[in-house]
Amino acid sequence: MSPRLALINAHLVDPASGLDAPGALLIEGERIADLGPRLFNDGLPPGATVIDCKGRVLAPGLVDMHAHLREPGQEHKETLATAGRAAAAGGVTTVVAMPNTKPPIDDVAILEFLQRRARDNSAVRIEAMAAITRGLEGREMCEMGLLAASGAVAFTDGEKSVANPRLLLRALAYATTFDLLIVNHPEDPALAEGGQMNSGEVSLRLGLTGISPAAEIIGLERDLRLVEATGARYHASGISTAESVHVMRRAKGRGLRASAAVAPHHIALTDAAVGDYRTFAKLSPPLRNESDRQAIVAGLKSGAIDIIASHHAPQDQEGKRQPFAQAKVGAIGLEIMLPVALELARDGHMSLIEVLRKMTVAPAELLKLDRGALRKGGPADLVVIETRRRWRYDADLSRSKSKNSPFDKRDMQGHAALTLVGGRVVFDAERERAYSFGPERLDG
Amino acid sequence: MTLVAAESFPHRHLLGISGLSAGEIQLILDRAEGYAQQNRQVDKKQALLRGRTQINLFFENSTRTRTSFELAGKRLGADVINMSVATSSIKKGETLIDTAMTLTAMRPDVLVVRHSDSGAVELLSQKVECSVINGGDGSHEHPTQALLDALTIRRRKGRLAGLTVAICGDVLHSRVARSNILLLKTMGATVRLVAPPTLLPPAFRGFGVEVHHDMRKGLADADIVMMLRLQLERMQGAYVPSIREYFHFYGLDYAKLAVAKPDALIMHPGPMNRGVEIDPEVADDIDRSLIREQVEMGVAVRMAVLDLLARNLPNLGPVAAK
Repeated sequence: MSPRLALINAHLVDPASGLDAPGALLIEGERIADLGPRLFNDGLPPGATVIDCKGRVLAPGLVDMHAHLREPGQEHKETLATAGRAAAAGGVTTVVAMPNTKPPIDDVAILEFLQRRARDNSAVRIEAMAAITRGLEGREMCEMGLLAASGAVAFTDGEKSVANPRLLLRALAYATTFDLLIVNHPEDPALAEGGQMNSGEVSLRLGLTGISPAAEIIGLERDLRLVEATGARYHASGISTAESVHVMRRAKGRGLRASAAVAPHHIALTDAAVGDYRTFAKLSPPLRNESDRQAIVAGLKSGAIDIIASHHAPQDQEGKRQPFAQAKVGAIGLEIMLPVALELARDGHMSLIEVLRKMTVAPAELLKLDRGALRKGGPADLVVIETRRRWRYDADLSRSKSKNSPFDKRDMQGHAALTLVGGRVVFDAERERAYSFGPERLDG
Repeated sequence: MTLVAAESFPHRHLLGISGLSAGEIQLILDRAEGYAQQNRQVDKKQALLRGRTQINLFFENSTRTRTSFELAGKRLGADVINMSVATSSIKKGETLIDTAMTLTAMRPDVLVVRHSDSGAVELLSQKVECSVINGGDGSHEHPTQALLDALTIRRRKGRLAGLTVAICGDVLHSRVARSNILLLKTMGATVRLVAPPTLLPPAFRGFGVEVHHDMRKGLADADIVMMLRLQLERMQGAYVPSIREYFHFYGLDYAKLAVAKPDALIMHPGPMNRGVEIDPEVADDIDRSLIREQVEMGVAVRMAVLDLLARNLPNLGPVAAK
């Protein structure tokens, strides 16, 4: 018989079913055998290993649909192994890799190579999006049908927006053949060209070329018109402006099959984080101003924004220790996505179950993955969440190979206490020699 | 308001006007005033920086700023060398940090740095052990230019507080404009910016200045008209339709100057594009134009900055020679 693992004294939170109650969960082998408020009322099953959750939240493991894993090609920044460890520490049990590797994931052979490397090296499940266009060059469509048949969960050119509207129109139309998801970075490339950060008082003060909010709004509006013309499934990989939230709400009102994600950075930070040329805060889309940030939070609450995704983008020191204009774009995010998202519940913007929905069942459904739920027979991908403990994030202690985070030294509240993938513990905060997020307790 | 000069200059670097108090600016200007006198003597040489090494590290082409810093250093007795990096190491893939590490190993006392990227000089200053003077970084700051402009104005008008200064032209890309805005605001002047919106986004109001798109309104009753250089590549349809149209609406000529105060003076950081942002007649009007005096004051101001920073340099004796 498969090994049994009983998680008791848990606060079960399952956005898929709406379950939000004290209870327990039983794992047999790699799957959830049973769960519920009254489970084990008649005693524990014989031979089961027991984990006492001590009243903590037990939720489906997080599904992060936007991460740059850098393997193959840039293993000095990140590998599937290091990204897997960072994900596990962040409560993420499925990571979706972006295709902008070297070479890019634009071909079945490369996709299968990545899948094999992921199985062998990563503590968590890794899925991949494939490129929309060959070489991410924005000219010719990839073999989307064949790539999907080999397991590509969606199609995107990553941080590059598909610039040519006719090509995107055709990609969207073709994708409807197999009901594939097209993911685009909504940005008008001509408007954003040369831009380094949000255009506004901070960019003027620093003398940096700004990226107008209009670049994103026009990109998003354009994409949605093409979605309307084709009926395709579309996902905006990351939005940052207040107006984008309204654009998404209106698109949903028109019945479009469109969704949008936001990165933790845009939930919690503004362009003030750039300060005096902090290149760790150089992101795409750029950090915007406080009213945009508040609109993003409101958009998560209203449902205009469906998903929180880490936008994990490791960069090495050399890439970031540069004049701002020369510095590489992006920040690591796998470990801090959950803590930052938990702030939304702590500060009363949303309930915990609604926050978790954005990182579990919502992305899983979009990607048609049988994950992100507490379901009998489903995979035992789980996270136990400590919501009360306060701690300070130290990016130097990150499990990611890169340390580029604008959240470095930020006070956080809550984190993954225990992460399981397929019934196997891949992260246990109590067993970490130093709880490497920062052993420092700010209070009891 | 009587402004009292600060008694000391507690900074290791001069990276920008941002972060300087009114008293510290006053101190630099007062010190520069003395050097301006001295520079008109036959013997201009002092020994204050004897034994010190000053490297002028220019990642961007410059003739007048580099020469000005070179003269300033030499007149104070420093050994000065010039390095143009624009064409050498960077093309070989060496990063700014690598260059900084290489140079710091040569133990200079002062680095004067110009770079085409905003923030690059500050980044470099974090990685070296000597004093760093910003000789202009991207569109960010050019502090010695603002200081020499202030000295020039003060010598002619006797003060900075209460004056109205109109800064006209490509404000968006201008480090000279940013440093001048910060300095003039700190010293109590009223600052107006004048340019078409493509070169002057309205968000500049956040600096506490007036934003004008009409030259006549911007220049009305101004004491000082400061013209900025417009790069030719920005003139040909990208930010303004043509040189002809730009000059028509924003070029400084006597007709537009007529709305300023009768004794208004004209400044330009150079090099000028005659017939683009300024009518040659106006530029060369010796009663109105301060352009030559600005260049002269440049050397004095840079000597003052070197002087004040040098006083904070560690006195490297034999002990430190390990």
